[in-house]
Amino acid sequence: MTDAVLPARFTLWRFDLWRFPGTRAVAIAAFLYLYVPIVALVILSFSAGDSSLARWEGFSIHWYLDVLGNADMLRAIRNSLVVASGATTTGTIIATMAALATSGPRFRLQSGFEAMIGLPLIVPDIVAGIATLLFFVMVGVPLGIVSIMLAHSVFAIPFAYLPIRARLQGLDPALAEAAADLYATPWQGFRRIVLPLIWPGIAAGAMLAFISSLGDVVVSYFVSGPGATTLPVYVFSMVRMGVTPAVNAISTLLMLASIALLTVSYLLGRRFQ
Amino acid sequence: MRRIVMAIAAAAALSIPAAGVTASAAEEKELLLFNWSNYMSPDLLKRFEAETGIKVTLDTYDTNESMLSKLQAGGAGYDVVVPTGPTLQQMIKDGLVLKVDAGTFSNYKSVKKPFDNPSFDPGRAYSVPYMWGTTGLVYDTAKVAGGKIDDSWKELFEPRQDFVGKIGMLKDMGEVITAAEYYLGLDQCTEKAEDGQKILELLEKQKPAVKVYNAEGTVDRVASGDVAMELMWNGSFHRAHAKLSSIVYIYPKEGLNLWGDNLAVPKGAKHIENAKLFLNFMMDPKNAAEASNYTGYNNAISGAEQHLKEDLRNDAAFNTPEAMVPRFRPLQLCSKAALDLREKIWTRLLR
Amino acid sequence: MMGSLRRAGLLAPSVLTIGLLLIAPLGLMAYVSTLERGATGGVIWTQHTADAYVQFLFERDLADRLAVNTDYLHIFGRSIAVAAITTAVTLAVAFPMALWMAFQPPRRRLLLVFIVTIPFWTNILVRNYAWILLLRNDGVIDWVLARLGLTGQHIDVLYTPLATTIGLTYSFLPYMVLPIYVSLEKLDRRLIEAAFDLGANRWLAFRRVILPLSMPGVVGGAILVFVPGLGAFISPELLGGAKSMMIGSLIQQQFGQSRNWPFGAALSFVLLVLVLLALSAHAARYRRREPKP
Repeated sequence: MTDAVLPARFTLWRFDLWRFPGTRAVAIAAFLYLYVPIVALVILSFSAGDSSLARWEGFSIHWYLDVLGNADMLRAIRNSLVVASGATTTGTIIATMAALATSGPRFRLQSGFEAMIGLPLIVPDIVAGIATLLFFVMVGVPLGIVSIMLAHSVFAIPFAYLPIRARLQGLDPALAEAAADLYATPWQGFRRIVLPLIWPGIAAGAMLAFISSLGDVVVSYFVSGPGATTLPVYVFSMVRMGVTPAVNAISTLLMLASIALLTVSYLLGRRFQ
Repeated sequence: MRRIVMAIAAAAALSIPAAGVTASAAEEKELLLFNWSNYMSPDLLKRFEAETGIKVTLDTYDTNESMLSKLQAGGAGYDVVVPTGPTLQQMIKDGLVLKVDAGTFSNYKSVKKPFDNPSFDPGRAYSVPYMWGTTGLVYDTAKVAGGKIDDSWKELFEPRQDFVGKIGMLKDMGEVITAAEYYLGLDQCTEKAEDGQKILELLEKQKPAVKVYNAEGTVDRVASGDVAMELMWNGSFHRAHAKLSSIVYIYPKEGLNLWGDNLAVPKGAKHIENAKLFLNFMMDPKNAAEASNYTGYNNAISGAEQHLKEDLRNDAAFNTPEAMVPRFRPLQLCSKAALDLREKIWTRLLR
Repeated sequence: MMGSLRRAGLLAPSVLTIGLLLIAPLGLMAYVSTLERGATGGVIWTQHTADAYVQFLFERDLADRLAVNTDYLHIFGRSIAVAAITTAVTLAVAFPMALWMAFQPPRRRLLLVFIVTIPFWTNILVRNYAWILLLRNDGVIDWVLARLGLTGQHIDVLYTPLATTIGLTYSFLPYMVLPIYVSLEKLDRRLIEAAFDLGANRWLAFRRVILPLSMPGVVGGAILVFVPGLGAFISPELLGGAKSMMIGSLIQQQFGQSRNWPFGAALSFVLLVLVLLALSAHAARYRRREPKP
């Protein structure tokens, strides 16, 4: 409104005020800071030398071939995928049910319930890891794939809950009511009307839960058992041993996998819109 | 849409039993090995798999104490662990390892004396020998004027300026405290509080000069120059030396640890027969030599010498010169009071 | 309408899962901290003692006398300091960055958000390992400085609290940028226009309009950085070395080499309490700020 009233010269000057000096420089420096380590890592993973030094010794992909042929690592990848699938499925189903419950009329203990759902995100992961370990030891659950899956299901729930809840909130309540008016049972109403509409939320939530399970290091470190090492724990023990070109290659592969997953989930999200 | 829900339900239903089915089917031909990190030749494991069809999974730890801790923390289920002599002795006492009667195994005859009948496991009822070695002092000759230092622990605990801030120590209670004890002329298994006080003071005075306490990654940090002086196992030295030729291994005159690692089967192992096969396999001369060639440590098997690599045989850290042998101090299992004292010193040092 | 029975059925699985696999274990952890430690690790379930908490502040010296021991307090202090510095540094970098991003054309904004989040989605190990490569002696930074002839010696940064702080700021920068960006982006531009119309210059508009309105984002980001920073484990473990221990490494050691589970449980419990206190302080302040209906 004011634009039309003031002369053009004045408008231009005012637009210039939006730029705050120095912010661009800081932003560019910050982007560099974010990306230089990653780029350095990728470059060094192609170094041919046997030494673990930062020197460039010729281009080679043999460390990647080494790593991909490593049976222990492949086993760790398989374990990670199994654990993530199981935890995501359980977590997403439970989270969907919880989101359905909280999207109705507000009930008495709702804030307490929502705090509880958020609890796994608040508790520091090392505390959660220790507590879960102690619990498994006391109850006598043998540590292995199943123990990690159980531990991961817990924090899969809040990750899946948030997008599903958001999606449910945007839903028109009249739709569910209409279904009920037409003599549909609650289950039919859910399956035919609600579920298809909240499906993007469920997919997004499942993806979040899956990625968080794949990336978890600390909790897995404490509750993994004999032969049940997941990929992050395996890489963690390699990284602790020291810098080697093999670790560079593994790290780059891990990074590419995470980025690929993120891109897939982003594209899926766009498609569902 | 419905199909997608079905697909997910099916995947969920399959993923859990799948984990179970593979486990039970593979239980017959599997071996879960729990070993020190960087301490097992992958080629050797492949050879074992080729010969027996048993698939080996390797998990690692950094010290005996971590291994014990993991076994308590629901880590039962490992088939083979690798404790050092005194730790094995304690585990036998506590009933944490199974009797395998290795003395009856086919390859037992290849074991050199005195490794066939050690004090910590008479007659090898519970274990077979793996690698043995020493823990000495390593430094980079290029980093000190004149390229030479005294062969004494003094250089580690009261370091010269050239090495201050560039020292690496093993984060291993037994190794660090015994080295301090040798330097101070104290008994390896002392229980006296005043002795403990002296050790603690020595270590605390040294602490500002130490760059890192870590029992893993010694080879890389020495080879890359991250540290210029290191309390190091002789096999690790051998491997680091291959990458950085200016480093040297010292046998300190006050005495240094002589230790032996062993393969044992912990309580709760699920593949006991496979474990026994593995233990027997490791007593074969060719296999023991392969392990030595990879790790850089000595083995306890006669007939393995001919298969050892040339550079290993020529390494003074591996092939101890006669004159240095009297400096060996075999590691002993100390009394509970002595071990408690060590714990107190260690926790105070490393908070 | 949802019957309460049906709702209970829908709520039950999450209550059971989180209750059984998180809340009960946390309670168990608190209980374990009151037990006697086992000789070779583990705990003795039947023997109670306050030793774990006593150990926190006091110690029995080698002659078994009780004396005040500030060392664990030092570790806690160091953790709080590192977390606070990390928060301050990320804030100093993130705010200008978010400010710049928020005032970009809309298309570009989404792309920038994407670019900022990509490093965050790589695994935390990768993020810290990359810094080991950069910071170690003879690492990339060392090598570059040497080639440029800038310094004669090694930089000696790895295995110091500085390295840990660098790793933490790197890992947590997106956590600070995004909340601030979101609150800046949602800002009603007309308010700023109005400020300019009333004769304010950029600095005044910033101080009086933009800064106060971005506070929720700033506080949110600060919490998202400080709280995980306090309990961080990976960065101190990989970059800090055993000499600059933080709470996370100390706890892990109790369940590893030190085999002192009750003490580890006690430390975890104290950390949890600290985190909950920080969060409730934030929640209380925030609630007070909201206008009363």
